Amino acid sequence: MDKIFGQPKEVIWAIGVIYALLIGASILTAVLKRRNPGEGTIELSRRVTSWWFMITIFTIAIIIDRIVSTVFLGFMTFLAFKEYLSLIPTRRVDRLILLFAYLAIPLQFYFAHLGRYGLFLTFIPVWMFLFFPMAMTLAGKTEGFLRAVGTLSWGMMITVFALSHTAMLLAAGDSAGPAGGAGLLLFLVALTQFNDVAQFTWGKLFGKHKIMPKVSPKKTWEGFLGGLVSTAIGAAIAGPFLTPLSVPYAAVAGAMIAIAGFLGDVTISAFKRDLGVKDSGGLIPGHGGILDRVDSLTYAAPVFYHAMHFFVFSGRI
Amino acid sequence: MVRFCRRLFFLLIVRPVLLIILGMNVRGRENLPTDGPAIIVANHNSHLDTLTLMALFPLRDLPKLRPVAAMDYFLKNKVLAWFALNIIGILPLERGAIKKNPLADMEAALDRGEILILFPEGSRGEPEQRASFKRGVAYLAKARPQTPVHPVFMHGLGKALPKGSFFLVPFNCDVAAGEPLTWTEPVSSFMETLEARINDLAEQSHVQPWE
Repeated sequence: MDKIFGQPKEVIWAIGVIYALLIGASILTAVLKRRNPGEGTIELSRRVTSWWFMITIFTIAIIIDRIVSTVFLGFMTFLAFKEYLSLIPTRRVDRLILLFAYLAIPLQFYFAHLGRYGLFLTFIPVWMFLFFPMAMTLAGKTEGFLRAVGTLSWGMMITVFALSHTAMLLAAGDSAGPAGGAGLLLFLVALTQFNDVAQFTWGKLFGKHKIMPKVSPKKTWEGFLGGLVSTAIGAAIAGPFLTPLSVPYAAVAGAMIAIAGFLGDVTISAFKRDLGVKDSGGLIPGHGGILDRVDSLTYAAPVFYHAMHFFVFSGRI
Repeated sequence: MVRFCRRLFFLLIVRPVLLIILGMNVRGRENLPTDGPAIIVANHNSHLDTLTLMALFPLRDLPKLRPVAAMDYFLKNKVLAWFALNIIGILPLERGAIKKNPLADMEAALDRGEILILFPEGSRGEPEQRASFKRGVAYLAKARPQTPVHPVFMHGLGKALPKGSFFLVPFNCDVAAGEPLTWTEPVSSFMETLEARINDLAEQSHVQPWE
């Protein structure tokens, strides 16, 4: 495989395509802003500006080398988990346990880096799952025990465990296809984010029928289906370059990413709605917090990874 | 030299810790004073409150920022005293029964155009639980009636580093700055207005229970 900047040339080409789309989006929003200036278009252009920053940071992180990529993904996960813990009610007596929960992040990403599938898969769902209630029991405060252990375990799963699958993709090695683990990661992340934007755009243009009025009142069937088809087409085009998948299987993977991404998005929305907050934080102008940006990925990453693991890495397809 | 150490401490330690390990959501930054004299009044949960408030200002404003802190606590040993006086730049306040005008140092600082940071709860107290304000701030405002008083509400740092704890747990913290007010008679209604402003800021923030 040919390499540019130490990466498979397919990865560099894909990044080029992403930047081309980004330039297109910037031109489009500039035109919209000129035609009808207002709060809506200003917010839109703020979002696009944030995309420039996010995509550039992500590009640099995955181009340098695998260790940098894994550390970067771990750091994003730390920010998401921190936002989660800052939003939920917590108990003072659990402070030390929360510190241990944070320390589980580097370990989990280290296991992913080593590609130790068994450790990676059991560390949080088994060992941390058993450790948290044990530590809280030993701390001795039973008041609010179930809420504390429940919210901590779920938060750990939906942020740390789910998002660490991105790093596990990097460890896929020879079975990862023409563009290596970085290609798979790029395929997953670019399509998940593309699906978010496509759903938003289709919904804005043609949205009529609400899909989940109680959880996410702005989401529509038209947006969801438009995103699904767009993402499947995008995946069919990118799949043969970035993954070992043939065109039809790549389209199926794209559809899975779109559906899982949608479910992740509305799940995090349900969580935020329960707490009465609109955004999980204020880190990214026009987007909200990190958790708002990676919400789709919390479902798309594990679904995509395990589908790849079961069907592709094992040689079934 | 000390001034340089001070800048370095804020640039290399305070800011990175606040940015990376803690993370801040700041609302109403435009309400903070751009120049002295001014009084910043905030609720108090953690030692980090002072550093966080100071980090909201540009580094060149550091010499002007004077957190008012209890003399008996911060000057009890030499190392802490040097650090508190030179690196943090506290204005030491004597607590308890004293003979001279207890506000004299603060009034002098305001006359020099400095920005005072005051925590009228008097102590960090129970983290993330508000205590009623002591009235000294009203007498200070009365003595310098032109000086703007900036209410600030802070939340989250008491979870990250509460009183009596020696390890830091990452939490995002909220800082909300409200529009400044100036002295109006009498002391009791000034205090009521000030506390009401901070209560408003607290209500607009997203605060979860912390038991």
